[in-house]
Amino acid sequence: MSIGHTLLGLLESGPRHGYDLKRAFDEKFGHDRPLHYGQVYSTMSRLLKNGLVVVDGIEAGDGPERKRYAITEAGVTDVERWLATPEKPEPYLQSTLYTKLVLALLTHRDAADILDTQRAEHLRNMRVLTDRKRKGDLADQLICDHALFHLEADLRWLELTAARLDRLREAVTR
Amino acid sequence: MTAPPGSLLAAHGLRKTYGPTTALDGAEFSIHPGEVVAVMGPSGSGKSTLLHCLAGIVTPDSGSITYDGRELTTMSDAERSALRRSEFGFVFQFGQLVPELTCVENVALPLRLNGTARKEAERAALAWMERLEVDDLARKRPGEVSGGQGQRVAVARALVTNPRLLFADEPTGALDSLNGERVMELLTDAARSANAAVVLVTHEARVAAYSDREIVVRDGKSRDMERLV
Repeated sequence: MSIGHTLLGLLESGPRHGYDLKRAFDEKFGHDRPLHYGQVYSTMSRLLKNGLVVVDGIEAGDGPERKRYAITEAGVTDVERWLATPEKPEPYLQSTLYTKLVLALLTHRDAADILDTQRAEHLRNMRVLTDRKRKGDLADQLICDHALFHLEADLRWLELTAARLDRLREAVTR
Repeated sequence: MTAPPGSLLAAHGLRKTYGPTTALDGAEFSIHPGEVVAVMGPSGSGKSTLLHCLAGIVTPDSGSITYDGRELTTMSDAERSALRRSEFGFVFQFGQLVPELTCVENVALPLRLNGTARKEAERAALAWMERLEVDDLARKRPGEVSGGQGQRVAVARALVTNPRLLFADEPTGALDSLNGERVMELLTDAARSANAAVVLVTHEARVAAYSDREIVVRDGKSRDMERLV
């Protein structure tokens, strides 16, 4: 999963401090793996350097200064591109896709589009494997079948998720 | 709207309702000669209605279907039946073979109905059965062959008239993985070598992977997935 893109997506609803970002990330995506503060700040400095966020304000407090970050136009375009690009089919794909879906719903983008783009990418891969299987020997057939069954399982998850999108929207935006 | 250039069959803005139920709500479709297009979608999404409209079995409430430059929706029933007999082939999931006839008689049946002499029809039927690797079953009746073999006989029968367009509705739905796969290999190989286009309705991704591209039907609307990748 791309932490940078996820944090950028969370900034689309408005400027936030690093601490708020961590809290929002953990609440939506970090169920079993909360972010470390270090990860948040190193990611934000990278995004800052690349012009995807700007410092919107600095608050002086008792401790260190608290920077508030805002997403730039380039940042929005970057999130847009990331959401629209299908993931390479691989194990544990779901965590990235889940993140993309939730972000799309939070930012009022078309989440069904993300599922369809991924589905098309999966089927494109399945076609390549099916073709290789037809032309190959038994070893090819067994290797391709293994990959095909995994892709098929992903596709079933995509279909089920598409059917549950309205419920997910409700849960996420509640 | 005109059909995409070079398309064999193209449908635009298809709508069909059954009482209060909307089965098709502006569906689009096109297929080129020799192309295999999978039609996917959840149960009740409208994919079977789409297939029935495209094949001229059901008339849509509105929209156009052009086959080889001719408008299907304004043809008479007799014209559409003639088109189905001469240009289209059909493979379904279940119960397509006539149990009283032998397998070769089943495969030869469409030719016999078109007036071809028995000997000639059975010769052509046997050639197709050979391609589908079921020629050894020629004298058996459908009740004496397995599901996978029966389905290959059905594919041979669908192709015996050299149709330009084959409609396959869940052709492997009743078969196990291995048999289903073999049917798909033989079906797509045979169709491609005859330059027949195939409209393949399926809910199985592994079956759809034998196609050149797929469209997904949801709530009566279609989406061409090729444009997404």
